Amino acid sequence: MIDVKNLSKNYGSFEAVKDVSFFIDKGEVVGFLGPNAAGKTTTMRILTCFMPATQGSVSVAGFDVFENAMSVKKRVGYLPEHPPLYQEMTVESYLSFVGKIKGLSGKNLNMKLDRVLERTSTDEVRSSLIAKLSKGYKQRVGLAQALIHDPEVLVLDEPTVGLDPKQIIEVRELIKELGEDHTIILSTHILPEVSATCGRVIIINKGRIVAEDSPENLTRGLEGQERIEIEVDGPSKKVLETLSKIKGVLDVIIDGDGTDKRYKIELEKDPEVRKAIAASVVNNGWGLIEMKSSGLSLEEIFLQLTTEEEGDA
Amino acid sequence: MKNSYYIYMRELRSYFVSPIAYVVIALFLAISGIFFYLLLQSFIQMSFRMMMQAQQFQMQVPAMNINQMVIRSLFLNMSIITLFMLPMITMKLFSEEKRSGTIELLFTSPITNWEIVIGKFFAALTVYAAMISGTLSYVSVLFIYGNPELMPVISGYIGLMLMGAMTVAIGGLISALTENQIIAAVGCFGTMMILWFVGFASNFVGPELGALIKYLSVMEHFTDFAKGVIDSSHMVFYLSFAFFSLFLTYQAVESTKWRG
Repeated sequence: MIDVKNLSKNYGSFEAVKDVSFFIDKGEVVGFLGPNAAGKTTTMRILTCFMPATQGSVSVAGFDVFENAMSVKKRVGYLPEHPPLYQEMTVESYLSFVGKIKGLSGKNLNMKLDRVLERTSTDEVRSSLIAKLSKGYKQRVGLAQALIHDPEVLVLDEPTVGLDPKQIIEVRELIKELGEDHTIILSTHILPEVSATCGRVIIINKGRIVAEDSPENLTRGLEGQERIEIEVDGPSKKVLETLSKIKGVLDVIIDGDGTDKRYKIELEKDPEVRKAIAASVVNNGWGLIEMKSSGLSLEEIFLQLTTEEEGDA
Repeated sequence: MKNSYYIYMRELRSYFVSPIAYVVIALFLAISGIFFYLLLQSFIQMSFRMMMQAQQFQMQVPAMNINQMVIRSLFLNMSIITLFMLPMITMKLFSEEKRSGTIELLFTSPITNWEIVIGKFFAALTVYAAMISGTLSYVSVLFIYGNPELMPVISGYIGLMLMGAMTVAIGGLISALTENQIIAAVGCFGTMMILWFVGFASNFVGPELGALIKYLSVMEHFTDFAKGVIDSSHMVFYLSFAFFSLFLTYQAVESTKWRG
């Protein structure tokens, strides 16, 4: 559905996106994750034909964004970071205008307008001025604007930014619901959002893709590392020292919940290492109360990936 | 072209739901109304004086030309006032969309940049037409109480529309170059002032350069219209300036995409 090949974009001498390639299948919901200024918005703007790429090719729904921009635009709904709202219009007249420039007319337009108002729960504000709406409603009207022509592909740039927790949940629900019959690519720098809504994550940093997988896989492990949590009854200083010396253990930290008994251990992905940890605890005569594997949280992976990159550069 | 119409309608509506159009039109009508009153007043005083003199010396009352004395001056005045008013109409055309981000909606919708440029141009031109059509009431007073010639009035309005089309196109162009509405307004105003004053400069330079500079002066081309002469060379001047500016506006809009 969306096929990006070796995409690069320069602003003058600044390279915003460097040689990015990815493929998104029909019906997928993909999260585009990265810190601010990572190149998310730039990539999305290229996907939506807002600006051309410096290099590489992008095709959406089988059409090249440069050669067949009109066909792409008809099939893509785009919610920019700041919803493109005309403050002086009412919700209804605004959506009707958007519908018209997207190529709808007559009965079809009215039908789609009603449907989209209902779908984004903006029906009750249909005759209010956009300037008077709350942030949450503005965001919904922005979503409605992207949906009105029933596009195959939805591109949402930080759809939940600036909303309160309740609204965030509502918008996420809506995105999930839309994901059933749309291909969606959404960007965010908020991690739980990705695990809440997306089937696949593309992590981008400084214009490059640093990881690409499902949120589960990303959380499960990373480049042959895993993490376990253990609870040991014994002198914490000594335990720490002993555990750190075991071959295959990369890092041990005391989990600060006050008891000084819980440790987080990062280790190589190898069952032998776990066995060695258990054995050394028992051999030292300490009590092994608990041992469980814990996935890296998405935040940690994200930080790791994005800071590693920095180290390389 | 249907898309141009949608852009046009939205733009036009936005003028009339915000106070801009009303304030600009009201100001314009007030200022041109004052000029009209003063012109008419001096015409009436002069007529009385002439009649008194005629009576005194037992002569025929000489013919007074209301077209020359009132209508022509009124059009010349109006043409200058519009130069001050139009930047306020055109300043928001593109800069507002850029600032608020709505340009992203237009650029990612299946419409061409020409459709955007044309729609916006005609919306601003319509506001301008509404503005100058208010002055029809002044002119109609003259037709009710006197019998001026119709032709100079028609040509005057044609001239105002042509000059307005040129100014709107230039204002739109400058608005497409900036996100800042004040810069857009000042830029358009400055450009129009230069194109106005440049006429005076023609007296101080050599004959060849002088002729060229004179040709560039907006006012120079308007005087014939105010006199009642519709000269195609003046029409060509205004229209070619307008088309050229629209073409540049299109290029400016297109280039915002590339510059990002």
